[in-house]
Amino acid sequence: MKKTGAQILWESLVREGATCVFGYPGGAILPAYDAMLDFPIRHILVRHEQGATHMADGFARATGNVGVAMATSGPGATNMVTGIATAMMDSSPIVCITGQVGSKLIGSDAFQETDITGITLPITKHNYLVTRPDDVARAIREAFYVARSGRPGPVLVDVTKDAQQSSCEFEWPAEPTLTGYRPNHWPSKPEFERAAELIHAAKRPVILAGHGIVLSGATDVVRRFAERAHVPVAMTLLGLGGLAASHPLNLGMMGMHGEAWVNTAIQEADLLLAFGMRFDDRVTGNLKTYAPQARKIHIEIDPAEINKNVKVDVGLVGDLRDILEELLPYVGACDRTEWIDHISHLKGDSAVRDIQQLPDSGHLYAAHVIHDIWKATNGEAIVVTDVGQHQMWEAQYYHHEEPRSLITSGGLGTMGFALPAAIGAKVGRPDAEVWVIVGDGGFQMTMAELATIAQENIDLNVAIINNGFLGMVRQWQEFFYERRYAATPLVNPDFTRLAEAFGLKGARVRSRAEVVPTVQAAREHAGTVVIDFQVEQEDSVFPMVPAGADLHAMIRRPSAIVETGADV
Amino acid sequence: MNTFVVLVENLPGVLTRVASLFRRRGFNIESLTVGHTQTPGVSRMTIAVDTDELGARRVEANLYKLINVLRVDNVTSAPTVLRDLALIKVTATPETRAHVMQLVEVYRARVVDVSPSSLVVEITGTEEKIDSLIEVLRPYGVLEMARTGTIAMVRGGTTSTEGISTSNGATHTEHPTDDVSVSYSV
Repeated sequence: MKKTGAQILWESLVREGATCVFGYPGGAILPAYDAMLDFPIRHILVRHEQGATHMADGFARATGNVGVAMATSGPGATNMVTGIATAMMDSSPIVCITGQVGSKLIGSDAFQETDITGITLPITKHNYLVTRPDDVARAIREAFYVARSGRPGPVLVDVTKDAQQSSCEFEWPAEPTLTGYRPNHWPSKPEFERAAELIHAAKRPVILAGHGIVLSGATDVVRRFAERAHVPVAMTLLGLGGLAASHPLNLGMMGMHGEAWVNTAIQEADLLLAFGMRFDDRVTGNLKTYAPQARKIHIEIDPAEINKNVKVDVGLVGDLRDILEELLPYVGACDRTEWIDHISHLKGDSAVRDIQQLPDSGHLYAAHVIHDIWKATNGEAIVVTDVGQHQMWEAQYYHHEEPRSLITSGGLGTMGFALPAAIGAKVGRPDAEVWVIVGDGGFQMTMAELATIAQENIDLNVAIINNGFLGMVRQWQEFFYERRYAATPLVNPDFTRLAEAFGLKGARVRSRAEVVPTVQAAREHAGTVVIDFQVEQEDSVFPMVPAGADLHAMIRRPSAIVETGADV
Repeated sequence: MNTFVVLVENLPGVLTRVASLFRRRGFNIESLTVGHTQTPGVSRMTIAVDTDELGARRVEANLYKLINVLRVDNVTSAPTVLRDLALIKVTATPETRAHVMQLVEVYRARVVDVSPSSLVVEITGTEEKIDSLIEVLRPYGVLEMARTGTIAMVRGGTTSTEGISTSNGATHTEHPTDDVSVSYSV
């Protein structure tokens, strides 16, 4: 039967399992929008195309399925760029569909024409320009396949207006066969044996668990592996939740704002087992002094990550879950109590210095707010964070027990990510309790999506950690630029009245005593509540490894906190 | 210097994808040539990159991440035939023409055009041989020059193109890194 390219587009999306699309219409995508009405698809009308991509991303991270975003040509497409780059850096499977001017107009600087396949070339896993209806089904099929297989990532499909309008015979293509695409690899037997040797020989091993443990569904086998080999596990930001925070072998987050003793353990280790992580500069600090005594085993699906930043002794390339299942029988039960006790000893006075020990002196600290949200939600919410100080405090004080319960922009560090990504997460998992934890700066970058929340009746809660500053930048200015606060103080709107203007509920919290009651009220309220937590203005995230410094050379929490209870 | 033979699908934008990869990963392309192969739909690139062994492995792994790249061979340490082609327009007056033609003879190059005041010389060979001819011609006055960049082929019976076809075709050879002999470990 003959169908238009637009009909084929939706037919293909439905066959690939898409149930919802985050998008914004416009001239070049109009034929597709017209055809949409005849298909079982929930469309969420965003307020900015960047929001559509973050929503698709949040949907993908919350569910593990491919998220879909749609926009028109030109500015619609270019507005997607930040969201696509965010998904690329964090290996999130999304498919972006953009309208393009008619194929005969391409290259003529037509109205709303832009070379979006050229623009997104370095920030997509792959992209397509489709100029004929006959190619639509295959492009969509391949796009989904490429997005979700191997190391996941964003794929963009640019469809010209005439390809949407004209008709052809529809035929659903067979499984994609992409000769040049090799998502799967498998190490050789000697490499498994070599890895097992190193594991057995190690006295002070540490597992470094990254986003890959979640993406490959390896969280269970990582836990069994860690227990059997008796190896403590340090997490990257995107790994959090992959191993329950309450698990006795879980050390918590490593890196720039990890606990000092976790980083010290890595520096003292004689073997690092890197599982689905890529030795980002935020977790290694100075590479020249990074884990100097450690042999390294890197298990990773992307061959290009092996030996990129850190030279490793064994690189096992392939799907993490399959490789760990294969490796597990090689590894005998071990007892490393001595090493684990030593790491506990490294904690020293960390607990005493912890900001949670700070008495309630009338100040409201962000860390306290996050701690109380964690308590009030029983640690069971999906938390979507933005980028900056609140993001690090969340990672430190919201203890995640389940994979896919923390959604945050790690690699690209995209401010404005949280609110739209949370909408995507809620749409993907409507039964989950979703909390946005966001700074006052980042919130204002994409707060127009409050209108999307209102229009689509999305029920989530927003905690604005409002310190009246671009807090992390202010912290760097305090530490490294002699407190010269260039362009970091913010004059903010009244966030409660803003929420009300969107038809949502607003609340304001100024003291610790109000935190839990307000959070509980928000949880009980049917509909989105925006809470403005007015916290201490010049608070800093500790501990901290200054950018490029040695991992063990941390700025620790000032012990003055404990002695005086004064401001940090 | 590392030399790669890269087989790619002959589709719009593939050259940009490859070139963009080198640019954004900070690898410097010394020379890049593209041409057809004996297989329809498959193009062959020879890429010379200034990098060390570890860098070369990363180049190879990153090239493989491009979906239109079918095969990558690092031929640097293999016995390889490397050839460049150059056209050189050199000043040759009736007085100097004989000298120039003698030099061309020595290099086993050819004169492909003659005018009252100049000659066009065609030479194929290694980069060094061509550089050397240019050096000896320079005193006469090199007016214009066009060079192709290096193409490479491994000597002997093995081929880089065995079993390669485009996505539409049926044949498919396993990627060399699926081979158990290839290790990512150092």
